[in-house]
Amino acid sequence: MSESSPTTSQGFSLRRGIEKVIDFTEPAVVGLIHLCGWSAIIFVMAIFFFVFKESLPAITGLEEGAIQGEVEQLDLVEFTTSPKWIPESAKKPTFGILALMVGTLSVTILSMVIAVPLGLGAAVYVSEFARGKPREILKVLIELLAAIPSVVWGFIGLVVLNPMLVDMTGEPVGLNILNAGIVLALMSVPIIVSVSEDALRAVPDSFREAGIALGANRWEMVYKVLFPAAKNGLLAAVLLGIGRGIGETMAVLMCTGHSVMMPTSIFDPVRTLTATIAAELGEAVRGDMHYHTLFLIGVVLFVFAFIINLTADLIVKGIKVQGNE
Amino acid sequence: MSTVVPKLVTREFTSPDASHVEDYSIRTNELNLWYGDFQALMNVSVNIKKGIITGLIGPSGCGKTTLLRCFNRINERYGNVTTTGDIEILDKNIYDADVSVRQLRRSVGMVFQRPNPLPISIYDNVLFGMGIHDAFKSLPKSERNDIVENALREVDLWSTVKDRLKSRATTLTLEQQQKLCIARLLPLKPDIILMDEPCSALDAEGIEKVETLIESLRDEYTVVIVTHNMAQARRATDECIFMLLGEIIEHTKTSEMFLNPQHEKTEMYIQGRYG
Ligand SMILES: Nc1ncnc2c1ncn2[C@@H]1O[C@H](COP(=O)(O)OP(=O)(O)OP(=O)(O)O)[C@@H](O)[C@H]1O
Ligand SMILES: [Mg+2]
Repeated sequence: MSESSPTTSQGFSLRRGIEKVIDFTEPAVVGLIHLCGWSAIIFVMAIFFFVFKESLPAITGLEEGAIQGEVEQLDLVEFTTSPKWIPESAKKPTFGILALMVGTLSVTILSMVIAVPLGLGAAVYVSEFARGKPREILKVLIELLAAIPSVVWGFIGLVVLNPMLVDMTGEPVGLNILNAGIVLALMSVPIIVSVSEDALRAVPDSFREAGIALGANRWEMVYKVLFPAAKNGLLAAVLLGIGRGIGETMAVLMCTGHSVMMPTSIFDPVRTLTATIAAELGEAVRGDMHYHTLFLIGVVLFVFAFIINLTADLIVKGIKVQGNE
Repeated sequence: MSTVVPKLVTREFTSPDASHVEDYSIRTNELNLWYGDFQALMNVSVNIKKGIITGLIGPSGCGKTTLLRCFNRINERYGNVTTTGDIEILDKNIYDADVSVRQLRRSVGMVFQRPNPLPISIYDNVLFGMGIHDAFKSLPKSERNDIVENALREVDLWSTVKDRLKSRATTLTLEQQQKLCIARLLPLKPDIILMDEPCSALDAEGIEKVETLIESLRDEYTVVIVTHNMAQARRATDECIFMLLGEIIEHTKTSEMFLNPQHEKTEMYIQGRYG
């Protein structure tokens, strides 16, 4: 650091030069960052707007294709309460999505029943118990699990799980809520693990020491200290898992059996909202009732997602408010 | 996990007054501790008297925290710790096979440098230890309330927090948090309380109040307190242990150590001529 003074002054003038360049580029960079931030909002708004616009004619009514002089209009009561989804009936098409909603919800709930304990358990193991090599290997494997495309998961459900379930349950076909629930659980485990592991590792070590010094063993430390301390993050993990479950399309299309019915047990096949859109949108005549109703299902999915996120926000905020009182 | 090598055979302690065994709460004999290859404690043999406040002083990195963390075996959290030698707490070798770490930590409480109340309510913090050790559900609510009130009264926190027992402990001031950390040990009726620089995160007023509290624990509990603050060591402790580079240099009455240190190094340190 004992340089002679000319070098120092040269260094100084150089720094001034760089500062000038930074002065010049900074507004541009800031602008770009703003644009990135806003573009996310704009995209979401645009998508929502498009889906909503395409679904609108189903509600307001459309004249084309309807019998002369009559305005064809979706019966919203039927839409929400009828379990009958017969869109291509020649006589009288029926657009009831109750069975589809029940399908989506039953598969998602079952998958969470499996994935939440599994994911939390794995996160606890990775963050608190595993050390060194096994831990690194596990983390890589879990990340790998997240990279498997959903069509491959669907394939596994179809080819591997299906015959296994037939053997074990004695049902004629193994494509049902249970199959899709298991596949979806395995698909949402990686995200639950990685988000909740982050949450657990963010808990300061001093909390662990407090628990241990009071006599807690490691298991008690986990559920009496870490879980309360990390509950926001863990909740976020679970909600992200649910979001993953509701939005998943391809795997559930392949594993649920894809038949419209009100299930009475987890061994019944169902059909989900997402799979219905994916399977039928390509065939629906653009502009007719079926087409617009599929978009309306998209709106319903939006509403689900919105409610989940809002609840998550409210719960997390609620916890914060309680904490800051 | 930890590679502790306990000596299963308890050796005879070569202390001059070995006949009055019951006078000591903590006795170590030839205690050595390594973090990996680094030896942090060297032949530490120390007898800590029951019912008094013993200060642990010495320059940074001399092993005060390490020694303190041996007494409740919390050092074993780190995977790379090796210890040899004996530690007897209340005349029981804590490395004996029949010692339950849980029971040990019940009778040896610990207060940390940074207040670390758990992110649950004040009420639950006080009862946390009991929830671990006792069949908790059988305890009627009124009795639990009494336990919480008594513990908080003992640390002089009751009047401040009695109206917000259900709010989060982390919303308290640091001084109150540290008091709460002491209060949560009390329902377990510990014999020994270990404190690692309990005042170093507090402001002057907090230091004074927590110090008063610590002094009030004398007699009922054996307190071992690590401190960097010479004035505090002088004010609040009955005996002092001076450590240097993992070794015990001097262990005498506090008044004696500050008036008439036996070792040159001790004198240099308490006069502030060491780091
Ligand atoms: N977990 C650990 N792994 C390895 N070395 C450690 C560990 N903890 C402490 N040490 C080392 O052991 C020595 C004693 O540390 P210790 O924390 O006991 O000192 P201390 O007297 O409490 O110091 P301070 O006054 O700064 O708190 C130090 O040299 C430290 O670097
Ligand atoms: Mg220390």
